[in-house]
Amino acid sequence: MIVLDNVTIRQGTFALVGASLRVTTGQYGVLMGRTGSGKTSLLECIAGLRRPASGRVRLGGEDVTQFPPGARGIGYVPQEGALFREMTVYEHLAFAPHLRGWPAPVIDERVRELAESLRLTHLLRSKPHGLSGGESQRVALGRALSFRPRVLLLDEPLASLDEPTRDEMIDLLKRLSAREGSTVLHVTHSRTEAERLADVTFRLEDGAISEFKRESS
Amino acid sequence: MPPTSTHRPGPDWPFYLSFALLGGVYVVLIVAMLLADVMATTPDHLLHALSRPEIRYSIRLSLISCTITTILALWTAVPLGYLLARTRFPLRWLVEAILDVPLVVPPLVVGLSLLLLFQTSFGQFVQRGVPVTFAVPSVILAQYAVTTAFAVRTMRVTFEQISPRGEQVAMTLGCSRGGAFWRVTLPEARRGVLTAATLTWARALGEFGPILIFSGTTRMKTEVLPTTVYLELSVGRIEAAIAVSLLMVVVAAAILIVTRLVGLRGAEDAR
Repeated sequence: MIVLDNVTIRQGTFALVGASLRVTTGQYGVLMGRTGSGKTSLLECIAGLRRPASGRVRLGGEDVTQFPPGARGIGYVPQEGALFREMTVYEHLAFAPHLRGWPAPVIDERVRELAESLRLTHLLRSKPHGLSGGESQRVALGRALSFRPRVLLLDEPLASLDEPTRDEMIDLLKRLSAREGSTVLHVTHSRTEAERLADVTFRLEDGAISEFKRESS
Repeated sequence: MPPTSTHRPGPDWPFYLSFALLGGVYVVLIVAMLLADVMATTPDHLLHALSRPEIRYSIRLSLISCTITTILALWTAVPLGYLLARTRFPLRWLVEAILDVPLVVPPLVVGLSLLLLFQTSFGQFVQRGVPVTFAVPSVILAQYAVTTAFAVRTMRVTFEQISPRGEQVAMTLGCSRGGAFWRVTLPEARRGVLTAATLTWARALGEFGPILIFSGTTRMKTEVLPTTVYLELSVGRIEAAIAVSLLMVVVAAAILIVTRLVGLRGAEDAR
């Protein structure tokens, strides 16, 4: 579960005041809003990369407002993917499990399983340089999912992809998030993405969040 | 308006030609200087210079002091460059201004300032343990005082060019700030570190002003290669001065070529 409770973010002249939002466990939430509306700041706030001026952030029932990013159990895919330039795809997928001290065979199994479902098996030894846009985003997604986080935060993950690749990614996101059972908050300005992925949709407008549609399915 | 334009801009070649001529003068000057060095010396002069013990000592001291200086400069420049590129702290503007001092102040003044510093009671206290002024440590300290500013600049630009996102993602994956730096940012800054190291080394090799004042020009003691050139010139042994100059040119050129190759490879990888 992702809960934002009356969160205020200030950054220079920009302010987001008293934002609240709730995505229940296992749901796929989509947050829509225009460029510059504060979507990314809001995700950073949930990820612990930005401290809110006031308000609480709760993940899975736990108040994580004061937690450092690494203790929150979130998988974060930033807009540009931000792959580690000097690491192979394998090292990307093994990074978080390794930090958590998983035994090597378990890490290896997890990496291969993820690579299989993300169609990255043939690229495991490659470095980010030379990967296509779609491949890079799949690596970023795999890296975020690798340690089975309770929450997945996606910042415009499909923005830089061409249309066929985007369709593929949408299917993949749908399938993987359902299989991994993670609670997702996906930020986008695309209505198509929202319609195809969302269990619950929020709109961020003029510094306020409104929940405007709940899918019945 | 006519249906098809009749306007024809002039050709591009006069522009390129004039710019190439204006810029080319400098390139030609550098090449001419190097050729003059080469033509003024013979292999015999070089071998003879290399066989003299004081020049051998000076080569050895130059190599060792530049290497130690480079290590010390990086030790400072990596953290300082990172802090300047990534953090906002009080009086940051002042720190930045202070770091520009060694870049704009004449090297002689740096040497004089170091000399004065080690005459203070603090300096004399240090010197009771380790003799600095007019001894080998002063050579390293003089090189460090000037070249570190360049290393800091290089590292700062390097870190500014690396997106902080990677580090942030590493933190969400479970790293502390330090862990993210060591595992993600520093490996990506590898080429910048190498560039900073080579530039620092080459710069330290040519450093003379502060060494002249702070270390003196004692043969077999505080004599580095620029000192040798100065001493040989002052006693009129021009051919030895030229031979040593040429040696420094070759070493510096080698360093620059290595930097350029590393830099180019870095640019390709970044695409």
